Amino acid sequence: MYQYDQYDQKMVDTRVEEFRDQVKRRLAGDLTEDQFKPLRLMNGLYLQLHAYMLRVAVPYGTMSGKQMRMLGHIARKYDRDYGHFTTRQNIQYNWIKLEDAPDILADLASVEMHAIQTSGNCIRNISSDQFAGATADEIADPRPWAELLRQWSSFHPEFSYLPRKFKFAVIASDTDRAAMRLHDIGIQLVLNEAGELGAKFFVGGGMGRTPMIAPEIRNFVPADELISYAEACLRVYNRYGRRDNKYKARIKILVHELGKDEYTRQVEEEFAHMNQLGLNPPVEELARITQYFQDPPFDKQASDDLNLSDPDFALWVDQNIAKHKQPGYAIATISLKPRGGIPGDASSAQIDLMADLAEQYSFDELRVTHSQNIVLPHVRKSDLYALWQTLDEAGLAPANLDLITDSIACPGLDYCSLANARSIPLAQKISERFADLGRQRELGELKLKISGCINACGHHHAGHIGILGVDRKGTENYQLLLGGSGAEDASLAKITGPGFTEDGVIDAIETVTDLYLEQREDGERFIDTYRRVGMARFKEAIYG
Amino acid sequence: MNILTGNDLKTGDVIWWTGLDWSRFVKDAADVGSQGEAVLHREEAARRVNAPYIIAAEQTDNGPRPGHIKDRVRALGPTVRPDLTLKPADPDAGEWVI
Repeated sequence: MYQYDQYDQKMVDTRVEEFRDQVKRRLAGDLTEDQFKPLRLMNGLYLQLHAYMLRVAVPYGTMSGKQMRMLGHIARKYDRDYGHFTTRQNIQYNWIKLEDAPDILADLASVEMHAIQTSGNCIRNISSDQFAGATADEIADPRPWAELLRQWSSFHPEFSYLPRKFKFAVIASDTDRAAMRLHDIGIQLVLNEAGELGAKFFVGGGMGRTPMIAPEIRNFVPADELISYAEACLRVYNRYGRRDNKYKARIKILVHELGKDEYTRQVEEEFAHMNQLGLNPPVEELARITQYFQDPPFDKQASDDLNLSDPDFALWVDQNIAKHKQPGYAIATISLKPRGGIPGDASSAQIDLMADLAEQYSFDELRVTHSQNIVLPHVRKSDLYALWQTLDEAGLAPANLDLITDSIACPGLDYCSLANARSIPLAQKISERFADLGRQRELGELKLKISGCINACGHHHAGHIGILGVDRKGTENYQLLLGGSGAEDASLAKITGPGFTEDGVIDAIETVTDLYLEQREDGERFIDTYRRVGMARFKEAIYG
Repeated sequence: MNILTGNDLKTGDVIWWTGLDWSRFVKDAADVGSQGEAVLHREEAARRVNAPYIIAAEQTDNGPRPGHIKDRVRALGPTVRPDLTLKPADPDAGEWVI
């Protein structure tokens, strides 16, 4: 894992003291809210429905046990004993007091964490594959590149006031576990025919009110020019992105309106100019970063044998364990989707426990997933049973990864001032309706994603089944969408038709899943059947 | 009726204008009639409230009920965490919110 150098630490410590002074001035009345608001947002502090909300960055979703334990400490000491892991691989606290915020940021800084650039029209937390460095299907670990991007984008003066917020994802596998093409810039590390490392660039994706899948604009950028190419992409956006209308200000609109070819032409022109200036980061810096992402000291003799005689354990292994690149090891996903629970929420005790388990079983590493779960990336197979037993006792062992009850849900109207409808109660009711694990497994992989407003923090456009909460004359109403995917087969879900009440949309989901079971052919997932059968058949089943 | 709400500057708590001061309980909210804007500006300038705004509400036997669900959720707390709402013991709380 990356460790701060003196510059990183000084930047973060200095920012904490700067914000402490700003809070003091706000409380003393020397700053108005209009003056203070952009300052607090630069430090991830929002004013939400019930209180201040602090969003803490977890760079590319990677943390140590010590960092995770600090998140538990903050939940316990400053919040109401829980935190909410988000679809941006971050964590949010919902009940923060303004006067506590500087101390919280100081606590975070003590473990090399911060909340900088988790809000505002800047480059946000870089997201990545939660299996990075552990999975067998990647060509390189994407995290050194994500870290390089993090350092490049932190306090980048040219990109601190972009037309709108800006999100990167970096992956290194043909299997997309990070919804890469639904980011402003998606980067996939690839090898060219000569076996050299480089990057494919996808620009102009996103969800929100105008969802778009990012088109590929370059199939190979040499690895040592990756930052310059990213900078060229941003420069064109910064120059021409619309600032007159926030709903048309994301880069996806610019790429769409200019056209992919013209946008790419301008980026290439800028890139050629930048390459003349020699602005690529020094190779030594990438080498310095990369050394922090070496493989942990795996036991080469670790056994691949696994005793699956406990049926509940066997189910968990089948559902929540992924293949590791190192024989004798496994990637374990801890589902934060218990029956009837709140997706992504974890108590301070659960956070502490996951920190302990990372230290004990996973070389002190955890990952946050965009599906609001936690991953222990490097677990010896011989430790899996003991790990599972401990998780099970703490309510952290639902065997439902990628099943219908492993839903994504934004905070919705229960917490968010932008929301039009509640998301969490819907997720809870669906979790109860489909609680039978046998039924869930019969349905197989089914990505259900719920957003409480058009901003789409719950990724409803990318759900095999998506739900969008809307406000219909002051009443919550839910639109049902089908056919989305955030994976390598990215697609945007379409609205089925008129919306439903809360119970009505759950009935409609049941109708849809029943039709899938009736229509599916061998080996088809829900999304495959939907794509083959088409929307009309599903609409007919739902609306008659 | 029109009532005035906002957040406490220091704690972020949702608060309601009682006519004299601010309360965390919506049942204490006073009808500000057409005086809302004046109160809002005065109280915000004095830093006794942050981001205040006026909402329509109806008077019920249980006190003022905000007209929009968003403010009803603000008034009681997240509906998915009854342990964090202001009236966990109130058997009508659920009905009231929805």
